[in-house]
Parts: sequence; structure tokens; C-alpha cells
Amino acid sequence: MAEKINQKQNFLKGIVKENPIFVMLLGMCPTLGVTSSAFNGFGMGVATLFVLLMSNMVVSLVKKQIPSKVRIPAFIIIIASFVTIVEMVLEAYVPFLYEQLGIFIPLIVVNCLILGRAEAFASKNGLLASILDALGMGLGFVMALTVLGATREILGSGSLFGLQFVPENANTFILFILPPGAFIALAYLTVLFNKITVKTS
Amino acid sequence: MSKKESSFLSMVVSLLIITLVSGLSLGFVNDLTAGPKAKAKLEKKIKALKLVLPAFDNNPVEEVTKVISEQAKDSVELYPAFSESNFVGAAVIGSSEKGFSGLIKIMIGFTETGKIENIEVLEQKETPGLGTKMKGEKFLKQFRGIDPATYNLKVKKDGGDVDALTGATITSRAFGEAVQMGYDEFVENKETLKNSKN
Repeated sequence: MAEKINQKQNFLKGIVKENPIFVMLLGMCPTLGVTSSAFNGFGMGVATLFVLLMSNMVVSLVKKQIPSKVRIPAFIIIIASFVTIVEMVLEAYVPFLYEQLGIFIPLIVVNCLILGRAEAFASKNGLLASILDALGMGLGFVMALTVLGATREILGSGSLFGLQFVPENANTFILFILPPGAFIALAYLTVLFNKITVKTS
Repeated sequence: MSKKESSFLSMVVSLLIITLVSGLSLGFVNDLTAGPKAKAKLEKKIKALKLVLPAFDNNPVEEVTKVISEQAKDSVELYPAFSESNFVGAAVIGSSEKGFSGLIKIMIGFTETGKIENIEVLEQKETPGLGTKMKGEKFLKQFRGIDPATYNLKVKKDGGDVDALTGATITSRAFGEAVQMGYDEFVENKETLKNSKN
């Protein structure tokens, strides 16, 4: 029973208590860079979720075979391979998303969320726990990026997932789709998120 | 948990194995996606050609002419269009490096007389919600049916005739530049294109 609760905890902690964006503030580069629309944020989140899941799985499987002095380069190679696979698959089957995300796909390699989970969790825990951890963290990441993207898109372009709900020549808060808007929106969302979670706990 | 000891040999061997496996799997995925990747690119090109050219019945993709241009880094691609063996126009890929975030690549379709039939944006990295509005009907509409010989492709701010996008003057400038480049190449190579059907 205790085991079961533990596994549930491994999954849930990434979504709320240790949310990678709103609580741990990890992986800020793609977070701020691509969230100019809800769809971009979602796409980036899913790509990262996939890489995180695969790398956590592989790292937890080979952790005993890797000498500890070379573990970081080994993790990076594993992560970079999966990122390159994601990049090739996106280019072949979802060219639209591939163009939108551009340089941020290869940059998933250096997303500290992924290396962080490999080093802090997958290299110390079993396969199932690592999968659950990756899913929880990944979903937390997808959720946060989508919410941030949606907020910026609603305020900045007056649309949501590409659906325009204000007239084309209406004045929107253009600031929010520009880089400074990313910081402002992220800060307010972080405050809001922590306010809610502190209350409920 | 027993970690393997970090001896020189074990480090070399484990890294070697990891790079080998990752290299092989990458090669495998690359082979797997090479086909769909090329297909997606080609489909996009054909779709763009149909959008920007007057009705045609030849295969412009196969009859492409590539010319070296002073204005572009790569060679410029020109796609001639024929209808019942009569030259009806051509599509040119124009580009500009001066976009807000670098390269903008567009396909401009010209009728036989040099008027712009339509324009389609192929590649761009502009700011979503600002520069990306160059793909919108509102901006593109002003280029249709005009003859760049009598129309100044600079934005109004620079003394031209183009209505710039709100908040994206740089994008609009680069767009105009790319159209100009396409037109220059079209005029220069029109005769070659006309005679390309033998």
C-alpha cells in the first residue's frame, strides 16, 4: 500500500507540488521563447514530454552500467538522440509545427528540466517510478506552457488556438506576444498558481 | 545500488556503446523519415505553385530553372507555367534576409505580362501576431494584380506604395524587398523561361 501511494506521489508531484514551471522555474528558455500562442506552447510541451519520458526510461534502465564519472555526458547523448528523433519526425509528419518551433526543438537538449530529472530522479529510481515521474513532470510542463501560451495569445492577439474572437484590426496588447510579455505573463501566472496551491494545501 | 567503478576502460567502453547505439538509431530514423520529409516539402511547393500561378497544365516542379542571383545567397528558383504549350506566367521564389527574425522566403506568381497573380509565404520566423500577419489576406490583397514596374514596393514610410503591417514595418519592408527581387529575376529570365518548353 505504501508503495502504491508512493508511486501516485511520483506522478502527481510534477503537476502541482513541484510543477516544473510555476514552482521549480526549470526550462525557462523554451517557456519564454515559444509560448506566443497556445498551440505553440502545447506543441513544445508535448515534444518535451516525449523526450523526457524516453530519456527517463533509458537512463533508469542503464543507470547501473554507466560509470558515475561519465554519467553526465552519457545522459546528454541519450537526450540529444531523442531530441534529434523528435526533430526528424516532426519535420516529416507535422511540418507546420516544425516551422513554428524552429530553433527551439534542438534546444530541448539543453532544457534543464530533462537533464535535471535524469540526474535527480531517473538515475536513482526504478523504471516504473521514473516513467511516472516523467509523465507527471511532462504533463505539468505541457499544462504550464499551454496556459502561458493561451494567456499571451488571448491578450496579445485576441485569439485562442488560432480562433480569432476580436476584429482583425482591433487594438490588442501587442506587448504580450513580444518577449517582455512572456516575463510579465509568467510572473503573474506564477503568483496566481502559488496562491491557489498554498490555499488548498 | 552498486554503481560501476569509473575506471578508464569502463568509461571508454560505456560511452562508446551509448554513442554507437544512438548513432545507429538516429541513422535508422533518418532513413525512415527521409521519404515523408521530401514528400512534405514537395507537396508544400506544389500547393504554393497552384495558389500563385494562373491555371497551368505542365509540371513546373520538373521544369524549374535555377539562376545565380546577386541578391540572394542561394540560387533563385523560377517555375514556368504553360497552358496548352503557351507561356502563361512563372513563379519565382524571392527571399530577404532583412526580416525581423531573419530569412523570409516567399513565392510570387507572375502572369505573362509581369503582373503579380498571387503571393504565398513559404518560410518565415516573424513574431506571431505581428509579422506573421503578412500571411493574412488583408496584407497580401494589396499586391494582387499590380505591376511592380509601375508600383513602388517600398513601404509608405519609405516613400513607396505598400501599406505596412501595424507594428511590423521591418517585416513589411523585407516582404517588399523579396517581391522586388522576385520581379527582377522574372524580368531578367522571362525569355529563357518562355523558350524552356521545346
